[in-house]
Amino acid sequence: MSFISYLINGISLGSVYAIIALGYTMVYGIAKMLNFAHGDVIMVGSFTVFFAVSMQGLPTAAGIILSVVLCTLLGITIEYIAYRPLRGAASSLAVLITAIGVSYFLQNVALLIFGANTKAFTSVVTIPAIKLAEGQIIISGETIVTIISCIVIMIGLTLFINKTKAGQAMLAVSEDKGAAQLMGINVNATISLTFAIGSALAAIAGMLLCSAYPSLTPYTGSMPGIKAFVAAVFGGIGSIPGALIGGIVLGIIEILSKAYISSQMADAIVFMVLIIVLLVKPTGILGKKIQEKV
Amino acid sequence: MKKFKKVMSLLLVAAMIALVGCGNSNGSAQTGTTDNAAGTESAGDASAAEENAPAQAADGEVFKIGAIGPSTGSAAVYGLAVQNGADLAIKEINEAGGINGTLIEYNFQDDECDNEKSVNAYNTLKDWGMQMLVGTTTSGCCIAVAAESANDNMFQITPSGSSVDIINNNDNVYQVCFTDPNQGVGAAQYIGENAVAQKVAVIYDSSDVYSSGIYEKFVQEAANQSFEIVSAEAFTADNKTDFSVQLQKAKDAGAELVFLPIYYTEASLILTQANAMDFAPKFFGCDGLDGILNVENFDTALAEGVMLLTPFAADAEDEATQSFVSAYVAAYGDTPNQFAADAYDAVYILKAAIEKSGAAPSDSVSDLCEKLKGAMGEITVDGLTGEAMSWDADGAVNKAPKAMEIVNGNYSLIQ
Repeated sequence: MSFISYLINGISLGSVYAIIALGYTMVYGIAKMLNFAHGDVIMVGSFTVFFAVSMQGLPTAAGIILSVVLCTLLGITIEYIAYRPLRGAASSLAVLITAIGVSYFLQNVALLIFGANTKAFTSVVTIPAIKLAEGQIIISGETIVTIISCIVIMIGLTLFINKTKAGQAMLAVSEDKGAAQLMGINVNATISLTFAIGSALAAIAGMLLCSAYPSLTPYTGSMPGIKAFVAAVFGGIGSIPGALIGGIVLGIIEILSKAYISSQMADAIVFMVLIIVLLVKPTGILGKKIQEKV
Repeated sequence: MKKFKKVMSLLLVAAMIALVGCGNSNGSAQTGTTDNAAGTESAGDASAAEENAPAQAADGEVFKIGAIGPSTGSAAVYGLAVQNGADLAIKEINEAGGINGTLIEYNFQDDECDNEKSVNAYNTLKDWGMQMLVGTTTSGCCIAVAAESANDNMFQITPSGSSVDIINNNDNVYQVCFTDPNQGVGAAQYIGENAVAQKVAVIYDSSDVYSSGIYEKFVQEAANQSFEIVSAEAFTADNKTDFSVQLQKAKDAGAELVFLPIYYTEASLILTQANAMDFAPKFFGCDGLDGILNVENFDTALAEGVMLLTPFAADAEDEATQSFVSAYVAAYGDTPNQFAADAYDAVYILKAAIEKSGAAPSDSVSDLCEKLKGAMGEITVDGLTGEAMSWDADGAVNKAPKAMEIVNGNYSLIQ
């Protein structure tokens, strides 16, 4: 019985990782850069909901919409101000360092505005928990919503990429930027769109994360951000189904190793599994092998 | 990773200035200020303190007492309490004419509960001319600062740093609160002797000296008591939001009581998650749980019935506690917790030691320390956090613990 509880918790945690990992993987797939500020966009999203709902008393739905809109704008702005000027001109290392800088910038701004005191986040989910097997298994409303949102987002994103023009443009840019531009695709606009979608997903992930684990600080996003990055690499960075599989597998490994091996070694085990997977399959579970042209 | 990020961010600031130049100079300046926010803020505090007492600072005829603690950050409840508690005691002493006729000057520095920042705060206070230190507030920082103060032979009394490593090999450092081992032993004895529960689970932070210190002694002492530890699970600083597994294990093991030798931030999450999974054992903690009712937006109904061993209860009936609480509420608008009382006591202990030793403000820091060390072994102080507190040569305090329970959203003493 407790195994099933652990498994459900693992899938729930993994679903949050998967939604965050999508942001990493899409940006990497299209802009070929690691957006380390992604984890902090999650934090901004959660703080927006906290500010709107708990501090200003707005309805939850308004808080959610506000948070998604704000994060989308933030994603586009970060890309426009911090990353676009460096694209092409500077080395990829410069962009990576800029991303780390943006991450610290967001953390410190949140620190200035909200202070470093931990805040208890009020859950945005109002669905009651489901009790199975005479109350031995309890599935919380947050878990249900997290898993469902993860599935919906995954299906929606796959349809978007395969069925719409903008999605096809994204695929084209990820294959070959130069050729896509020659075919009349606006590369800059496509990359902006990627950041917009990634950041909107980050806002949703932030709300789900803080609803399930209701503590909010300016550093809330950093550790889940790193774990989700691992999930993206694990599943094969650049691959959308890979992010889903990577996230959920990572969540399950984390919870099960906590339960059956050692509660304090869980992180070590997660990263060890990553190393082993990368040794066996360097591109991750679903990663494509890309032949570098000399 | 964090270190790596720090180095990278420094590089970034340099790169921004070099690459972006004037075009974005506003941006880079802003990053600079936010990084240094703590520094500028504390510098502001220091200059404010100096402005308040410019005349006294001139001829060294005051005792300069410094204090350090996290007035922002995840442990801010403690730091603010220490800041205010010491402030209140010093104001009282100054109004009554000072120690042996000498007034006290006071300066508090924020360390955000970060070891490095705590040592920086210590150096800031030394530059200010500190002669005695009330601090630091949290154990980890206190170990780092005690190493520095031992080098300088600066007299240090920590209100709430409870690790044994603070006083081990540092004969200049004294404690007002219990050491971690004593808290662990005290908790086990209390649970056993009062038959609070038969099956006990423990959730502790293995990456924190305070928590793991209490845990080890609790387990040792539990062997001599009538209850049984049915599950003991750890978590670490990098993985402290999801407690579903630890709680599930405690629940499966049939625990009637969950012992939480941890700080209140994580404890508030544990209470929330236990409630979500319909697990309602008795929760029992040490002084780290003090402050749980002040977590912003936390549903305090969840903390109802939580028991904690802590030496101070704001609703105690005795006159000293009552007058302290009313003065504190009047000055800072908040009910004092144990940390405020510890800091208040720390200042009065300093006063008693100075009076006993006949130390003068013109003594050097090291001479002052030697005199006070001699006095600490001889004095007994009746304070808010214990009657007839005395100190052994290591610097650990002898006093009796008190158990409290949270009832109707307030800490109340179990008689």
